[in-house]
Amino acid sequence: MKYLDEFRDRELAERLLHEIRQTVTRPWTIMEVCGGQTHSIIRNGIHQLLPAEVEMVHGPGCPVCVTPLEVIDRALAIAATPNVIFCSFGDMLRVPGSERDLFQVKSAGGDVRVVYSPLDALQIALKNPDKQIVFFGIGFETTAPANGMAVHQAKVKNIRNFSMLVSHVLVPPAIEAVLQSPGNRVQSFLAAGHVCSVMGYWQYPEIVDKFKVPIVVTGFEPLDILEGIRRVVLQLERGEARVENAYARMVSHDGNRPAQDLLAEVFEVCDRSWRGIGCIPQSGWRLSEKYRDFDAEVRFDVGSIHSNESTLCRSGDVLRGALKPHECPAFGKECTPRHPLGATMVSSEGACAAYYNYGGIIPAESLTHA
Amino acid sequence: MPDFSNWSCPLPLRDFPNVVMGHGGGGRLSSELIENIFVPAFSNATLTQLADSSVLDRPTGRIAMSTDSFVVRPLFFPGGCIGDLAVNGTVNDLAMSGARPLYLSAGFILEEGLPLSHLAQIVDSMAKAANAAGVTIVTGDTKVVERGHGDGCYINTSGVGIVPDGLSVAPSLVRPGDKIIVSGSIGDHGMAILSLREGLTFETTIRSDCAALHTLVESALAAAASNAIRAMRDPTRGGLAATLHEIAGASDVGIEIDESSLPVRGEVRSACELLGLDPLFVANEGKMIAFVAPEHADAVLAAMRRHPLGAEAVIIGRAVEEHPRSLVAKTAIGALRVVAPPLGEQLPRIC
Repeated sequence: MKYLDEFRDRELAERLLHEIRQTVTRPWTIMEVCGGQTHSIIRNGIHQLLPAEVEMVHGPGCPVCVTPLEVIDRALAIAATPNVIFCSFGDMLRVPGSERDLFQVKSAGGDVRVVYSPLDALQIALKNPDKQIVFFGIGFETTAPANGMAVHQAKVKNIRNFSMLVSHVLVPPAIEAVLQSPGNRVQSFLAAGHVCSVMGYWQYPEIVDKFKVPIVVTGFEPLDILEGIRRVVLQLERGEARVENAYARMVSHDGNRPAQDLLAEVFEVCDRSWRGIGCIPQSGWRLSEKYRDFDAEVRFDVGSIHSNESTLCRSGDVLRGALKPHECPAFGKECTPRHPLGATMVSSEGACAAYYNYGGIIPAESLTHA
Repeated sequence: MPDFSNWSCPLPLRDFPNVVMGHGGGGRLSSELIENIFVPAFSNATLTQLADSSVLDRPTGRIAMSTDSFVVRPLFFPGGCIGDLAVNGTVNDLAMSGARPLYLSAGFILEEGLPLSHLAQIVDSMAKAANAAGVTIVTGDTKVVERGHGDGCYINTSGVGIVPDGLSVAPSLVRPGDKIIVSGSIGDHGMAILSLREGLTFETTIRSDCAALHTLVESALAAAASNAIRAMRDPTRGGLAATLHEIAGASDVGIEIDESSLPVRGEVRSACELLGLDPLFVANEGKMIAFVAPEHADAVLAAMRRHPLGAEAVIIGRAVEEHPRSLVAKTAIGALRVVAPPLGEQLPRIC
C-alpha cells in the first residue's frame, strides 16, 4: 500500500540498523516524545533490533495519559448530567477517573458517544437541538486544529448547544520540563512528526541552543523511526546538537500556518497540570476569551471535584522517562489493561499498555523462527 | 443496499406499515405477521404445520448443535444484512465442527416501529441465505418490545447439523507443528460495519464478507487424510487474534504467525491505519481458519483455493511447543511481538 509498505520494508530496515550499529560507540539515551512513536516502536519490535547501546525512553506524548485526573473527573460528572450527549475520542472511555470511567457512566445511563472528529460532534449537536453536546477536547497540537475548528464553526454558525471541555497540552514545554527534571537521563529527542506537521519545527532551535541536545523530527513507520534514530545517533557521536527534519514528506519548517492562525484565534496559552507529572507552566491551551461561551467548564457547574490518584501508579515516572513500564512494581499485577491504575495502561499510545500488549513477555531468543 | 421501494405489502399488513406491540401479542396481528411474512419466505412443509415444535428426520451421524444471537447495528450494511448474517453465522458455527448444517430455528425480537418493509427484507434475505446453504428454517418465534427497547430487530438462530462418524475436529486437537490456513482477507465485516456507525462515518467500498462456509469446509475435509484437519474456527468477534488465542488455550500450544503473510485488503488496511485499529482484532463473517497437520497443509490449501470462498487462502503460521497459550507475531521488519488477547472492543485511538 502506498506510503505504508515502502516504510515497512525489511531490507531497508536492516540497512538502517546496520548503519546505526556501525555508528554507535557508546551508550545513548533517546526519548521519543510521541505516544504514537512508542506504539510503533513496541508494535514493530524496533527496540529488539537496536544495538544495546541505544536506549529508547518513552516520552510524555500520549494525550490520554497526561490528561489530569481532575479533568477526567469533571468529564465524568458532565457526562452523567441529564440531557447531555458527551462525545469523546474512543480511547478516553476507559481512562480511570477517581471512581469510575466513561464506560461506566455510559452503562449507568449516560449518553456517551465515540466520535472520530469533533466536527462529527457538531453534527450531533445540529441533529439534537434539545440536548447539550459536549466534546472532550484533549490532545497535543495535532488534534488542536480540528478541535479549534469545531469551536470556531459553533460560534460562526451559532450552535449554542455545543461546548468543549478543553485540556490541550503542548510539546515544547514538555521537552523542557523533561530536560529540567532532576536526574534526567535523556540526551536527545525524536520530535513528534504529526505535531510538527501542524506547528513546524521553528520552536525547537531555542531548546537545542539552551540544552545542547539533538532534536530530530521523526515519523511513525518503522523506517521513519529508524532513520530518526540514525540521525540522532550520528549527531550524538559527533558531539553535535542541531534540529533536523527526518520527516520531510509531511513536515515543513513553518508547518501549517493557517492552522496556527486558527489556533492563535481560538486558544490561549495557560499553565496546565499533566497527570503523573504535575503542573508545567505555559504548557497548555484553553479557549480564549472570545470563545469562553463554548467552554464546558464554564457552562456546566458540576461542583468542586475531589480527585484521588492511585498510590501504586507510577505513570509520572514512566512519562518522564525515569522508569520503564515493566520496572513498575504494579505492572502486570495490580495494573493491567483490564484494571488500569493509570492512563498509561489504557491508551493504545500509553507506554504501559504498549509494553503489556506487545512487549517482551517472551524473550526473543526463546522463540523458534517460522 | 436493499431497495425497500420495490416491496409491496401483502394484505392485510398494509394497515400497519410498522411493527406494533400487537404483532407480538399472540392474536390475529401475530398470526397475520407469520402468515404474510415468515411462512411465504421460509416456505417448507415442516414450518407450514405451525405446530409448537417441529418433528424432524435424522440422517445417520452425530448431532452438532449451536446457537447465536445477532444484534448488529445498522441492520443493513454493504455486503449483507442481519438476516443473512443470522443464517450464515449459525451455519458456520455448525460447519466448524465438520457438521453438515440441516435445520435452523429463528427467534425474532422486534422493536415497535420497525417498518414491516424492513422486516420483510430481512426475512427475505434469511430465506435466500438458508436456500443457498441448503438448510431449512423449521421453527421460529416473534416477540415485540416497546420502542426504545431494541435496535429494530434482534435475531437468534439455533442450528442442528450432522457430523459424519469418525470425524473429529476441535480446538483442543491442535498439535505443535500444525500449519494455520486462513481462507481469505481479514477484517472486512468489522470495518464495513464501523464505516456506517454514527460519528465514525467514512467513505469506503469495503463490503462485509458475510457468507456460509460449509461447502468450503467440505472441500477442505475432502482434501485431507482422516483427521488431518485438527481444528477449524470462523474468526468472528475479536477477530483472528481472539480465535487464535482460544485455540492456543484449548490445545495448550503456542502460536506463531507472520504478520506480512496476513491477507488484508488495501481499503481495510487504510481504514485500520486511519482509525488506529489492528485488523487482527477486527470481526469477520465469512472467513475460516484451519489447523492442518503439516504434511497435509499444501493439499488442503490447494483444495480451499479451488473454492470461490477460499481463492485467497494462505498459510499464515503454525502451532509450536514453545510459549504455550501465547500468540506471537513476526513483524514486518523481522522482529517478534506478543499479541495479547483483546479485552473488549478495540478503541479507536485519538490521533
